[in-house]
Amino acid sequence: MTRAIIDGNEAAADVAYRLSELCSIYPITPSSTMAELADEWAAHGRRNIFGTVPTVIEMQSEGGAAGAMHGALQAGALSTTFTASQGLLLMIPNMFRIAGELTSSVFHVAARSLATQGLSIFGDHQDVMAVRQTGVCLLSSSSVQEAHDMAAISHRATLDARVPFVHFFDGFRTSHELNTLTKLTDEELRAFVPESLVLEHRSRALSPAHPFIRGTAQNPDTYFQSRETANPYYAAVPGIVERAMREFEGLTGRRYGLVEYHGHEQADRVVVIMGSGVETVRATVDHLVAAGERVGVVFVRLYRPLPVEALLAAIPATTSRVAVLDRTKESGAAGEPLYLDVSSALGEAVMSGRRDTLPLVIGGRYGLSSKEFTPAMAKAVFDELAKESPKARFTVGIHDDVTHLSLDYDPGFDLADPETLSAVFYGLGSDGTVGANKNTIKILGSRDGTYAQGYFVYDSKKSGSRTVSHLRFGPNPIRAPYLVGQAGFIGCHHWSILERVDVLEFARPGATLLLNSPYGDQTWSRLPEPVQRRIIELGLSVYAIDAGAVARAAGLGSRTNTILQTCFFAISGVLPREEAIEAIKHAITKTYARKSAEVVRKNHLAVDQAVQNLVQVTPGEASSHGLLPPVPEGAPEFVRTVTAEMLAGRGDSLPVSALPADGSYPSGTTKYEKRNISDIVAVWDPEACIQCGNCAFVCPHAVIRAKTYPTSAAEGTPDGFLSAPLNAVGLPDTSYTLQVYAEDCTGCGLCVEACPVRPIGQPHRRAINLEPKLDREPEKRAVEYFESIPYNARERVDFGTVRGTQFLEPLFEFSGACAGCGETPYLKLLTQLFGDRLMVANATGCSSIYGGNLPTTPWSKNAKGRGPAWSNSLFEDNAEFGLGMRLAADVHRDLARARLSELREAIADDELVDGLLENEQRASSDLVAQHERVERLLDRLTQLDGPAVADLLSVADHLVRRSVWIVGGDGWAYDIGAGGVDHVLASGRNVNILVLDTEVYSNTGGQASKSTPLGAVAKFTSGGKLTNKKDLALQATAYGSVYVARVAMGADPQQTLKAFREAESFDGPSLIIAYSHCIAHGYDLRDGLDQQYKAVNSGHWPLMRYNPVIRERGGNPFLLDSPRPRLTLEEYHAHELRFKALKAANPQEAERLLALGQAQVDRRWQEYEELATKGAERFAMDARERS
Amino acid sequence: MNLETNYLGLTLRNPVVASAGPLSQTVAGIRELGDGGVGAVVVYSLFEEQLRREAERLTRLETQFEDMFGEATSFFPEVPNEGAHPAHRYLRLIEDAARVSEVPVIASLNGVSVGSWIDTARQLQDAGAAAIELNIYFVPGDLRTTSAQVEQRHVEIVSAVKQSVSVPVAVKLSPYFSSPGHMCVELDRAGADGLVLFNRFLQPDIDIDRLEMVSGVTLSSPNEARLPRTWIAILRGHVRASLAATTGVETPEDVIKYILAGADVVMTTSALVRHGAGYALDLVVGLEDWLTSRGLTLEQARGMLAIPEAASADAFERAGYVDALQKAKSTYGSLV
Repeated sequence: MTRAIIDGNEAAADVAYRLSELCSIYPITPSSTMAELADEWAAHGRRNIFGTVPTVIEMQSEGGAAGAMHGALQAGALSTTFTASQGLLLMIPNMFRIAGELTSSVFHVAARSLATQGLSIFGDHQDVMAVRQTGVCLLSSSSVQEAHDMAAISHRATLDARVPFVHFFDGFRTSHELNTLTKLTDEELRAFVPESLVLEHRSRALSPAHPFIRGTAQNPDTYFQSRETANPYYAAVPGIVERAMREFEGLTGRRYGLVEYHGHEQADRVVVIMGSGVETVRATVDHLVAAGERVGVVFVRLYRPLPVEALLAAIPATTSRVAVLDRTKESGAAGEPLYLDVSSALGEAVMSGRRDTLPLVIGGRYGLSSKEFTPAMAKAVFDELAKESPKARFTVGIHDDVTHLSLDYDPGFDLADPETLSAVFYGLGSDGTVGANKNTIKILGSRDGTYAQGYFVYDSKKSGSRTVSHLRFGPNPIRAPYLVGQAGFIGCHHWSILERVDVLEFARPGATLLLNSPYGDQTWSRLPEPVQRRIIELGLSVYAIDAGAVARAAGLGSRTNTILQTCFFAISGVLPREEAIEAIKHAITKTYARKSAEVVRKNHLAVDQAVQNLVQVTPGEASSHGLLPPVPEGAPEFVRTVTAEMLAGRGDSLPVSALPADGSYPSGTTKYEKRNISDIVAVWDPEACIQCGNCAFVCPHAVIRAKTYPTSAAEGTPDGFLSAPLNAVGLPDTSYTLQVYAEDCTGCGLCVEACPVRPIGQPHRRAINLEPKLDREPEKRAVEYFESIPYNARERVDFGTVRGTQFLEPLFEFSGACAGCGETPYLKLLTQLFGDRLMVANATGCSSIYGGNLPTTPWSKNAKGRGPAWSNSLFEDNAEFGLGMRLAADVHRDLARARLSELREAIADDELVDGLLENEQRASSDLVAQHERVERLLDRLTQLDGPAVADLLSVADHLVRRSVWIVGGDGWAYDIGAGGVDHVLASGRNVNILVLDTEVYSNTGGQASKSTPLGAVAKFTSGGKLTNKKDLALQATAYGSVYVARVAMGADPQQTLKAFREAESFDGPSLIIAYSHCIAHGYDLRDGLDQQYKAVNSGHWPLMRYNPVIRERGGNPFLLDSPRPRLTLEEYHAHELRFKALKAANPQEAERLLALGQAQVDRRWQEYEELATKGAERFAMDARERS
Repeated sequence: MNLETNYLGLTLRNPVVASAGPLSQTVAGIRELGDGGVGAVVVYSLFEEQLRREAERLTRLETQFEDMFGEATSFFPEVPNEGAHPAHRYLRLIEDAARVSEVPVIASLNGVSVGSWIDTARQLQDAGAAAIELNIYFVPGDLRTTSAQVEQRHVEIVSAVKQSVSVPVAVKLSPYFSSPGHMCVELDRAGADGLVLFNRFLQPDIDIDRLEMVSGVTLSSPNEARLPRTWIAILRGHVRASLAATTGVETPEDVIKYILAGADVVMTTSALVRHGAGYALDLVVGLEDWLTSRGLTLEQARGMLAIPEAASADAFERAGYVDALQKAKSTYGSLV
């Protein structure tokens, strides 16, 4: 028996891996960890129980993973996969097949919401409910231990039953919860899964040694009967699973049933539920039964095939009222699936006389998208059942003020075990709080007699993100799959958090509060007044430490986690202090000893210094300041009433009526956040600046903007507003301001790196520098003033130069992307150039998250209210989605032109109509003129009447040429969406595809894509990638009708700009592949531009453009824009962890791959040079007739 | 002809030694150098401190972005580790090379602070290194550091290492001391068994396009031999330690000049990188031919043109300086 502290993903994967020969995988949150672990174990040679190392293969999509799995199963291998949500949906076609062919296999699913009115990465049962019809068996786990045990039971049962299984558990709540569990040993698994079953599985495989065919096409004569042949197999499943559970119990002592009952023996009210909510209801039932209520809970483990007898048997005969809770929603259905199943089972039982009375059965939804499901909510359901006429359909956990389905509940109701210590920690993503807490759980949970649980909540940002860790420890097993309600310990690891969020929300009276405070003996007076008040009211003991100072002194930079972890142990009393310190040091050594002795030493030092610097804070005088408001008072109403609530962490309280019904949200809301996430911000030096615009061009967060204005306007400006004479001939009396939006700056430093100026005598400074800024009031006033100056007129800005673009308003601003993100500068540029007529189809991934993850969006609008119209459909279909936008735009453009011609006489302004119809809309002045004409047209149309007029009014805006951009990462363009990208490129339609190429799946944590370069280490290719990066650009040139460019802003911004403009003006499909540095490359992103330079100048990323227009004119369309490589590939690789990690672990292999990589770079360069010197006839023709 | 040479108390078959460089990164490379004809091989330098710093940096990068947001709790997989830590790999290289090499294998340790030199030196000794060359590559960029402190640090490192190992210890040092001769004498007193003159600072260049400093390596050229040769000629007979000349060896003539100045051994990397490991034999044969043609033994030639012990080196140098200036004047016109 092995005790471990792991999360649900690892619990399931650990068994799945050991019982499989093949894992075909694809990353998708929250299941990615299972695939990553399987891959890592295989890379390290871990064996399954059959003595072999499973083959783990990453596919191009979940559809591909299921296809490979199907093939492997037909060929006899024990195969599994791991997925969730849309990934599971992509497997559906194969699931029908695999089930239809009675093939033993298991799909492990971290159950997750589906993308409907919005995408959600969080947990519910919508995905698994969507595969009910495929014929797979569904087995549910409700805890980390069960995720382990049911994994084993599903693998065993599928071999017995021949029917495939989906084993699922709640995404995040179970998949990401750390909890104490007992691990199954290899011996136990061997005893549990007899070899004979494996041999039988193999014997059913396709083999030329005993050939047959499977997968025939069938006809009306026999298809139906053939479908019915499977009935006995399904009928046998409940018995098989039951038997497996009994054997499992015999081996491990852990008892499970198909359907179980827990509660009062003569319960009158029963809740039926599955998933992690089981644990919550069970605890609530215990409490209510102890209080004298006759209640119980039925939990369903085997859901398909539905074990009707077991279900009926589990519901006590005394039960008169049943509430069935579904963690899913099926709009338009008579009820949610589990409810319907229970109702029909009971109904049939009564009808057939097997049950005397039919209880009243009501159905409710709960917990969608990991919405909390607490004992208070469970109690509300029992209370509802006790009412005279309970709601037939209800929801619980939200406030539905529209259809009034929601049940009221008492949030104060809590079932905390008095012997369990609860702690809540607030941290920032970058400070390591979550990592330290995971460590703490392992330290405490691995001690005999102590159980531990950890669950971590992240906000939606990638930079400056807030994390909240919920930890429980105690002498009893912890079965509380919901957040801590009453914490005995609160740690606030960053001062800025307590200025904005109520960190005492979870504090229990008499709890301990630990503050990371840079204010020394001023700590108390710096606290916001409401915090001070709550501290006194609750009688909290407050401790403080300047963890930042201790970390810096210990050489740990901004990593304060070890220090604060030590303080927690020192004052929480969970362990004797000396013992705790010893344990922390031991854990540090265990984690880092193999990697770096220096890291161990510094952390040990930090542990020692932490205790010495910890002080107790005593209440003093009350302060006069409150919490900072989430958004400014002047924000629009929706932002103030809805967005602000989400920002303040109170989104759970928003009623249904507050939210849009169709998922449409207002643009341009990041600007109200003013997150102030960096202590250091960019500061402009007007005297040194040459006004080149490079800094504004590369700023990923659009916090650097430039305007020119008459010098007279610079008088009477607020302090802090900086100005310089415009550095341009022919424009006297004009001033220039480069404004830094200090409150939105992330301190990434890319601007500093992009600045070409070294002020005389200051070789280490630039014309823009990062400086500490604690008081941001002057900057706030300066920004306010700057905003009052109009943006430069577009027709007067030179779009063709980097310098010119700084004067164009960015309509993508202040995103929550990583500080120094390599993708967002391209998006910002897109909006500067084409923002007021831009439609964006955005593939799921980083860009859809920093672009469209609530509460706010960086996609913005200009003073006229125009701006990018943005949408995300899915991951796999984005090219097609964008093409659809184009087609619609074309249809409505044609309609508008037709109606305009028809109405020519009525409009009675030929100059206007001709202008609208004949303007080619290429130059910016043409576009400005077209916008004006459309406005005039709209004015004119309001004076007219008739159906054609209404028609034209509805589509008149299409008379302005729409710019459709299809945006996504390399995971989409090279892998899952490759088929669509290819088809859209071949369509000849005027769309622009922008691939933000980070060379890995960045959003899900750095898994390899077909863009990952040879020799790079990434997840799923941990031994270094063994294939070359796909040359998507070259492939696209083969069509002859596609404009193609490969760009890297950090290496040649001017070429990037040129490519964007050419692509947009090309009347046909365009493809731009943009080098995007990324944290997954493993270096400080401040060096991102330099790495881009190296990527280009080593030949890894040759800049090129392919322009069919040039071909048409008889020229060579292949333009090689970068100089011949002058750095070696090694010089480019030297700075990045993705390459260095291999060098450190396996130098020979790294060297071999580097040599191959260099040879490949050389070869490709030669090929490109050759292409760049050939005549036009060498290239494919564009046969389309274009305007 | 007998070219047997005593260096650091080791008996070498000839005085040409492969200095620490890129050819000695593998056992095969070290063996090839031995087969190529050198009298000993100094294995490439173990930059232990850098390794530690690099390991720390990589660990920091690996953990920096962990647990930052829900979808990605990490960004890097645990890479299957085929080898061990780089320092351990170096020890294994020394161990394997010492076993198969026909010539003595000298380990080279590069660093600037006393730190963990002692442990590492002991491990190198245990791995089978015939001797240890301490490559003290220290650029005192901190302008508060005095020359005395710099010298003291050199002496401390050498004493500490000498106390911890029994194999001979050579010191490779830079020429940038106010009084390099005195420094050498101090190191000799601190127990150095050999002095390797001189380390070449790989000084950065400036890229005028990108406006930044760029580092780079150039192979040494014969002209650069003049400085070490001068100091070897001065030190000959004044120190107990063996004298090794390094830098600027391209042809047998360069070897001969160093021997005449008083070098016990002559080291080269540049020539072997340019011409291959087998070129060592050309150097040895060239030396042999010259000795034969002059009717000299190696011992007779060694130090033949060293500054006589009794002479004033200062005066000798001054005279050489004045001579040189006179010569320059007649060639290029007045310089000063």
